[in-house]
Amino acid sequence: MKKFVLFIPLVLFLVMGGFLYKGLFLNPKVLDSVLEGKPVPAFQLERLEVPSEVLTEKDLSGKVSMLNFWATWCPSCKYEHPYLLMLSKRNLLPIYGINYRDERALALKELSTLGDPYTTNIFDKDGRLGLDLGVYGAPETFIIDHNGIIRYRYAGPIDQTVWTQTLYPMIQQLQAEAKVDGAS
Amino acid sequence: MKFISKMMIACTGLLFTLTVMATPVDTYEFKSEKNQERALSLAHQLRCPQCQNQNLVDSNSPVAQDLRLEVYKMVDSGKSEAEIINFMTSRYGDFVLYNPKLDSKTYILWLGPFGLLILGLFIGFIFVRKQRIQVTESTTLSTEQQAELDALLNHNKTTK
Repeated sequence: MKKFVLFIPLVLFLVMGGFLYKGLFLNPKVLDSVLEGKPVPAFQLERLEVPSEVLTEKDLSGKVSMLNFWATWCPSCKYEHPYLLMLSKRNLLPIYGINYRDERALALKELSTLGDPYTTNIFDKDGRLGLDLGVYGAPETFIIDHNGIIRYRYAGPIDQTVWTQTLYPMIQQLQAEAKVDGAS
Repeated sequence: MKFISKMMIACTGLLFTLTVMATPVDTYEFKSEKNQERALSLAHQLRCPQCQNQNLVDSNSPVAQDLRLEVYKMVDSGKSEAEIINFMTSRYGDFVLYNPKLDSKTYILWLGPFGLLILGLFIGFIFVRKQRIQVTESTTLSTEQQAELDALLNHNKTTK
């Protein structure tokens, strides 16, 4: 009994040490999205290219697609831009851009000079759609399945590693699911 | 000299232009003072998802400004505290709450301290009881020791 009591501090130390050691490798910036598994929230926003055209969440469903929040004030968006351009040329899925808290003229100018990887651009000037989707900074990317359900959220710029290891496998899986649904 | 003083006035003027920059959140007018108090206390309890160690009032990040404005508007339109908190957590998760909910994920957080207290009391109890046994053991004398003590005491009495 006495020997057991002597070991208590050591056991406590090891338990605490274990937790703290694990904590060293956690990234506090990675937050779970509570919206995974939920439908895209309802919205009514202008199309960036054509102000008179109003887009809603219904325009996004039907196909597995990617929603990409971007803005001209966001440096990381510029970093991922060439990669998105490359992806758009491969024609794998529709990439919807959401121009987040930005100015229309600046955004259009940037797309015409750097190239436009987006199928359509939604103009979210006040960041209302971003707020409903729990966006806390650009760039953020959502993967939407063919039923318009949010399946994955990725915060940060897309690059080769993220695409091949996380995003593309998930997209392939969802596209397979969509095929099964379409066949039945 | 005149030039320098002119420059200084111009520079002071520049300082003022910078302080005029205010977002709609900072100039938001509440319907009543009570609403303002309620909204500010709520915004203090909610955490900014961007600058993670600041609450919605302290943080100046765009997302915190949006959320703060949303809280203010919701309070002014008469929404209850539970509705506002639900609005925030359904978008940004439990992360935005400085005061975590009590559910299966947070049991250890809420009940852990009580568990540790009970464990501490238990260990303390064992130690104290052990020591008490040792003390009682050492104060009772064996028969030989008692005899020796008696002899000594008697010896003292007789020599006096």
